[in-house]
Amino acid sequence: MSFSIEGFSATRRLVLQGAGAVALFGFGALAARPALAAANDTYPEAAFKQKADKDAIQALYGRTADASDKVKLDAPEIAENGAVVPISVTTTLENVTSISFFVSGNPNALAASYAIPEGTLPAVSNRLKMQQTSNVIAIVEAGGKLYSATKEVKVTVGGCGG
Amino acid sequence: MASTIRVRAIANGDTTEVQALIQHPMDSGFVKDAQGAVIPAHFIQQLTFEHNGKAVFTADWGPAVAKDPYVKFGFKGASKGDELKVSWVDNKGASDSTTAKIQ
Repeated sequence: MSFSIEGFSATRRLVLQGAGAVALFGFGALAARPALAAANDTYPEAAFKQKADKDAIQALYGRTADASDKVKLDAPEIAENGAVVPISVTTTLENVTSISFFVSGNPNALAASYAIPEGTLPAVSNRLKMQQTSNVIAIVEAGGKLYSATKEVKVTVGGCGG
Repeated sequence: MASTIRVRAIANGDTTEVQALIQHPMDSGFVKDAQGAVIPAHFIQQLTFEHNGKAVFTADWGPAVAKDPYVKFGFKGASKGDELKVSWVDNKGASDSTTAKIQ
């Protein structure tokens, strides 16, 4: 287990080398750490913190999207309950690598982002919360480019506040 | 405790259609309780579906995903009887996973 001790402080190393029981416990802590870090590395924390839809798209992809009729966004005209709005997207584009949903009127625009590896169909259905009547934007990343579809959804009861 | 994940995966020819429903409060951090205190944000950040050790679908979620989230997608290359592993992690570090047989 000497490989996993590399990079840690001298005191930690001494403790690990000290007693067998302590070393065993220490190894458990070391093993858990990289796993947690790996899971957090890919989560786009900064993009989820952006307020405006444009900023969130920029933070997530680093570029802007072009509207495309090849992206089909399916959302209700009127959502009676903003806490549960069924939204889905399909596309005829090829080489799709990710699909993301943005709700312009929410406190933070980015709602969900899905990675689409090769072999997975470029279609996703989910349910989002909407605070108020606003645009819903679906972004499809295909072949390194961004394509979008936008639809306004009227919300009669908001889903983000009392 | 029963799993928080309910998943149904049905193979139809080459394509497998997956529907998953997860029990989670998905608190946004913007809602106040009856006493006027803000309910802290508590939501699933990452949801992963794996087939034969390969991720076939990964979701990064923010607090704007509805309570008890639902998701549907499809992928190719699996057949009946294969196992599909589903796991999630939330912003408080809690997690759950389950394995479903593709029908």
